[in-house]
Formats: sequence, structure tokens, C-alpha cells
Amino acid sequence: MLLTPEDWSAIRLSLKLASVTTVLTLAVGAPLAWWLSRGEGWWRRFCGAVVTMPLVLPPTVLGFYLLVFLGPFGPVGRLFGQLGFRLLPFTFSGLVTASVIFSLPFVVQPLQNAFEALGERPLEAAATLGAGPLDAFLTVIVPQTRPAFLTAAVMGFAHTIGEFGVVLMIGGNIPNVTRVLSMQIYVYVETIEYARAHVLAGGMVFFSVAAMLVLQILKPRREKFAQGRI
Amino acid sequence: MSIEADLRLSFPEPGGGRLDFHFNLALPGRGITAVTGPSGAGKTTFLRCLAGLERPRGRLTVNGRPWQDGKFFLPTHKRPLAYVFQEASLFPHLTVRRNLDYGARRRCRRGGQSQLDLDRFIAILGIGHLMDRKPETLSGGERQRTALARALAAGPEVLLLDEPLAALDRDRKEEIMPYLESLRELTLPIVYVSHAQDEIERLADTLMRLTRPGLPAVVEAGRQRFSK
Repeated sequence: MLLTPEDWSAIRLSLKLASVTTVLTLAVGAPLAWWLSRGEGWWRRFCGAVVTMPLVLPPTVLGFYLLVFLGPFGPVGRLFGQLGFRLLPFTFSGLVTASVIFSLPFVVQPLQNAFEALGERPLEAAATLGAGPLDAFLTVIVPQTRPAFLTAAVMGFAHTIGEFGVVLMIGGNIPNVTRVLSMQIYVYVETIEYARAHVLAGGMVFFSVAAMLVLQILKPRREKFAQGRI
Repeated sequence: MSIEADLRLSFPEPGGGRLDFHFNLALPGRGITAVTGPSGAGKTTFLRCLAGLERPRGRLTVNGRPWQDGKFFLPTHKRPLAYVFQEASLFPHLTVRRNLDYGARRRCRRGGQSQLDLDRFIAILGIGHLMDRKPETLSGGERQRTALARALAAGPEVLLLDEPLAALDRDRKEEIMPYLESLRELTLPIVYVSHAQDEIERLADTLMRLTRPGLPAVVEAGRQRFSK
């Protein structure tokens, strides 16, 4: 057997986490990127900086603060406790929450750039033809920035698959619950099972190359769209 | 039936200071009003104020209905107008047909309806054979004609044209001019920004002259075509 049942469980968990995270990050990131691309006030810049922060922040730092905030003595954790919800740390939902925050810049950046490149004109044209803001966003902006949405989805997905530090902090390393692929590799290395680590690590390399290849293939189309000032 | 405006708008200037526009005027409710004046006099700004693409202070009444008054501001997508920009600004992801449908469908949903026979205008504009093409495959003249058809398809009560011929060469201009002249038969006000004297002479029923930001616009009858 190339892969053990534990490996499969970790792979399934990683794919599930990345899928859920990608969908949620796009749902949160698209309106956020839209809002950030619509103006330049200091409040907007500040929010832009906060959203981008995970790019430079050590994942362990983010994971640590999330653990504190979401834990039983943190503000969010207390609120959850009072409302009778389960606490987020060391659960799949907790992983998703952390991953969404951590992947947000990878989704927001390409979208924000695409929205800014599009300029005001398509929106104005849509408005003069009777389309309200949401209508125009869905029927004019989204179709014209589809390559950016694909880029954002691939980046968000791949980045979540590769996540380690945040997962370790907020999810721990619980088999079948929070032990994702990167965690499984870590366990193999810790227990000096290099052969098994190789199989998973090699698969990750292959996956990452494939993901970046998809982005490269998307690129020419993106340029064509960028020129499309028709 | 007319356009009555008393609008003030102030822009920060790049070199410091502010640029103040004040449009206090009335335009007739039908025929083509040509807006002329030197660059920077506020021609496009005036059109954008009418469309609600800028947010001036003041009052704007069109065909007896308030579009703007004090705190009340009818957003662009609720104003029954159509706007043709300098560049055709077609939606590149839609075919010509779906570009035309875009405005038509949305206005109809609001209960408006086109007063003109769109099929006839598609024929007049000569874009019938382009309906299934994407904008990127069209020539400049074809794009601008499509933009004009898209504006008319929306069944506007006011038609705003911002130098629709400026981006075109002489031959393309000659190609579109007759279509613009034929717009005069419509019973809706058309506000036409241009600084090309030949266009103005051929098209204008009313002349609105802007000289400098802050100075009042002069509105005068053109060649009194109505009386004929």
C-alpha cells in the first residue's frame, strides 16, 4: 500500500478544508475586494492593510491570537460559550475560520487588482442602462473579471492545502478531525518514517506545480481581458 | 416638458484650489441640444451631473419629475435616461444582441417601454448582421453604432451623448452622422456634447454654450427647426 488509511483521512480532510475555505473566502473576499477597490480613504487603507497582514505575519502568531480569541477565555470564545455553541479551537470549524482569515489576502489581492484595472466605466455604462449596483456587479463586473476569480480560487485552495502553522495552533493534531496533510507529513518526519513522508511530500510538490501551471495557463486570457477596453 | 437644472459641483484641482461648476439653466424637452465650449468648461461634467454619475448639490427636474432636490437624489440606474460615452463602452463579454438587450430588459422590468421601433433603428444603424458578434471583432464605427442602438433600446426619456464621434475618423463620422440626424424625429430631449463645429451645425436645435467653470451657460435656439 502506497498510502495508509491515516494518509487518506488526512488527504480527505485537507481537500475538504481547502474546498470549504475557498468557497467561504471567495464569498467574503469578493465584496471586500470590491469595497477596497472603490476608494482611497484612510479607513479603507487601514482595512486593506489588516486584510493583507497574513502575508507577512508568521502563521504561528496568527494561530496563537486566534486560539486566544476563540478559546474559552477569549472574547469570541466567551460569547460562543454563552450562546451554547461549541468552542472553535481543535475543531474543523475552527480550522475553517483560521484558514479563511489566513487565505484572505491571496483571494482579495487578485480580485482587487482586477476590479481596479476595470475602472469605473463598465459600472457607469451598466447604471445608465438601468442596472443597480448588485445587478451590475453580478452581470458586468464578475463576468469581466472571471480570470481573476479563477486565480483567486486556485490561490486560496492551494494555499490552504499547504497551511501548517495556523492549523497546528488552532487545530492541534487530532487524527480524523484536524490532522491535515501537512500535519501528517510532520508526524512521519517526527517518527522517522521518511518513506511515507516522501510519498505525501512528493504528492504536494506535484500538486503545487499543477496549481501554478493552471495560473500560468490562465494568464494570457487575463491579458486579453485587460485590454478589453471596448 | 423640459430639463431644468440648478446644480453646483466642486472638484479639487490637481494644483491645489477648487474648480466650481454652476449649471443654472433650462433646456427644451425635445430636439437636440448641443453643448459646446472649450476643454475644461464642464461639458462632460454637465452631462454626468444630468446622469447622476456625479453628485452635485442643487435641483434637477426632468419632464416635470424631480431627479434631484435637496437631499433627494435619484440614482443613475433609476433615471430613465441613456448615455453614450466617448468610447463605445460595450460589454466585451456579451454579443451585440445581448448588449442591446441589457438595457432593454432592465427598463421594461421597471415598466418603461421604448417609444421607438427598435428593429427599424437596428436597420437604420446597419448593425443587423452584427448581432451575434462580440464587440472585440467590431470596427470603431460599428462599436459606436452599437452603443447608440444599445442606448436607444433602453427606451430612454432623455438621451445623453458625450462626443460619440470624437474617437472616430472622418469616414466613420460621415457614416454615423445621418443616424444622429434621424434621432431628431424622436420626441425626447437629446443632449449632445461636442466641440466639432460641423456636427453642431448639422444637428443642433438648441445651443448651450459653456465658457468657463463658474460662468453661466448661454442657451439659445439653434436654427429653429421646430417651426418648420
